[in-house]
Amino acid sequence: MTLDRITLGHFRNHTASRLDGAAQINLLVGENGAGKTNVLEALSLFAPGRGLRRAALAEMAGSGGPGGFSVSAALDSGDGNEPVMLGTGTRPDRPNRRIVQVNGAETSAVGLGEWLAVGWLTPAMDGLFTDSAGARRRYMDRLALALDPAHARQATRYDVALRERNRLLSDEMEPDPQWLDSIEAQLAEAGAALAAGRAMLVERLSTELVTLPDHPFARPALSLAPGGPAERDALLSEFARQRARDRAAQRTLTGPHRDDLEVTLSGKAMPAASCSTGEQKAMLIAITLAHAGLAAGGRPGLLLLDEVAAHLDPIRREALFDRLRAGKAQVWLTGTELAPFAGIKGEAAVWRVSGGVAEPVG
Amino acid sequence: MASQEIETLASALARLPGLGPRSARRAVLWLVKRRETALVQLVQALAAVQDTLVECSICGNVDTRDPCGICADPKRDPRQLCVVEDVADLWALDRARMFTGRYHVLGGRLSALEGIRPEDLSIGKLIERVAEGGIDEVVLAMNATLEGQTTAHYIAERLEAFPVRITQLAHGLPVGGELDYLDEGTLAQALRARRPVS
Repeated sequence: MTLDRITLGHFRNHTASRLDGAAQINLLVGENGAGKTNVLEALSLFAPGRGLRRAALAEMAGSGGPGGFSVSAALDSGDGNEPVMLGTGTRPDRPNRRIVQVNGAETSAVGLGEWLAVGWLTPAMDGLFTDSAGARRRYMDRLALALDPAHARQATRYDVALRERNRLLSDEMEPDPQWLDSIEAQLAEAGAALAAGRAMLVERLSTELVTLPDHPFARPALSLAPGGPAERDALLSEFARQRARDRAAQRTLTGPHRDDLEVTLSGKAMPAASCSTGEQKAMLIAITLAHAGLAAGGRPGLLLLDEVAAHLDPIRREALFDRLRAGKAQVWLTGTELAPFAGIKGEAAVWRVSGGVAEPVG
Repeated sequence: MASQEIETLASALARLPGLGPRSARRAVLWLVKRRETALVQLVQALAAVQDTLVECSICGNVDTRDPCGICADPKRDPRQLCVVEDVADLWALDRARMFTGRYHVLGGRLSALEGIRPEDLSIGKLIERVAEGGIDEVVLAMNATLEGQTTAHYIAERLEAFPVRITQLAHGLPVGGELDYLDEGTLAQALRARRPVS
């Protein structure tokens, strides 16, 4: 499958860009601020949600334009049928409402998920292993959500119930024990579902990752460090048992809100946070690719890799290109120079991006 | 530009739920054109409600008499009591005409974050009603939100000691709903709450 005939109208610095002749592997080359990542962000809007920058829609409309933007592409499923036309954007009079069209008919953003599975890796995620546990929990939840849409609701329910319990525990008055019982019942139910969703994610990613060789590409080993019991009843009795301690601390000290994702470089058995920048990047790529395979679930895949080649040594870079070639997804890579892509540019479609204009190369 | 009085009316109507300034101006214009008929009727109806509006001292329903029409209705089954968060929920349930018992309006739901405590709701009064006897079943008809379900759980626990059956509204497949269009959470709930075909 390939996305092709891609147009960006008044999208950030692209007034009217058109990318024709896309291949399985696509390269966008240009200086910083040229608008390469903007193309990836536009493509990321072919998935439900807020895109790879998690930006507000109104920010995406070009400042010199009429106030709205449009992004469109033809999705060729390779089965000989007519390509499916995908389009999304905003109108100038409603800059915060996303419009989605499939074959010219308006549909919901969620409906896009039926056509494509979109995954991405951006430099903003580079610090994941050295960042807070909270950042890794949010990362796990985002990946788990792609495998199970109900995961987001459990996370929200858990979060609200947790804040309710913490408020009661930090009250000057002694908390009403039956009220605590009631909140803890909701907390344990949502918490068990949340923990199960994360455990499933880690297990399925691990199953995918274990098939990779240790060399030359970095292979991460994942495990979930639980912040509390995983089962509903065990979690419920733990909340009840720890009330005095939690009251003294004025917050809940046990539960999935204390989960962490532990990543080690297998082969070296070294915690990811202690690995080199290049090794960390290689492990993030490995997780992204493994997740893309899982999340696709039979749908065509679209993989957006922003500035991934820069931190990798030549051997790892070649290994990455081999994996991208072997994969089913269409891939979009960005870089400031063409040189790191020497090993793959022969088979790739290449654009030079400058000042919000994409020109085909070669 | 309309006069001050008309502007005041429009801005009062605009605050009604679901209306807003544009619809309010349209409503005002419509009323002004029917000054002798619709406007007079509306003024009289509003005045009548204002004069007689009371909260039922038994269930918390809003009506023009106390006890309210439902509590005073001898055809209503006094052995069944349905607990709801707000008057709007009572009216919604009663429109369905399926429940033949009486109601109890809590006046909200528990929320530690919003500072709504058990004593802010009419839970004490509910327990008094149950303690008086004569009630066989308490139906907890809270919203399926986290706060609603916390409140239902809390009331169930407070009523544990009484010899009444405590039931809760089912969550799941909506009437006329197609499975294909349901979200996974609702489907999972419907599956958990499945029952034998009678």
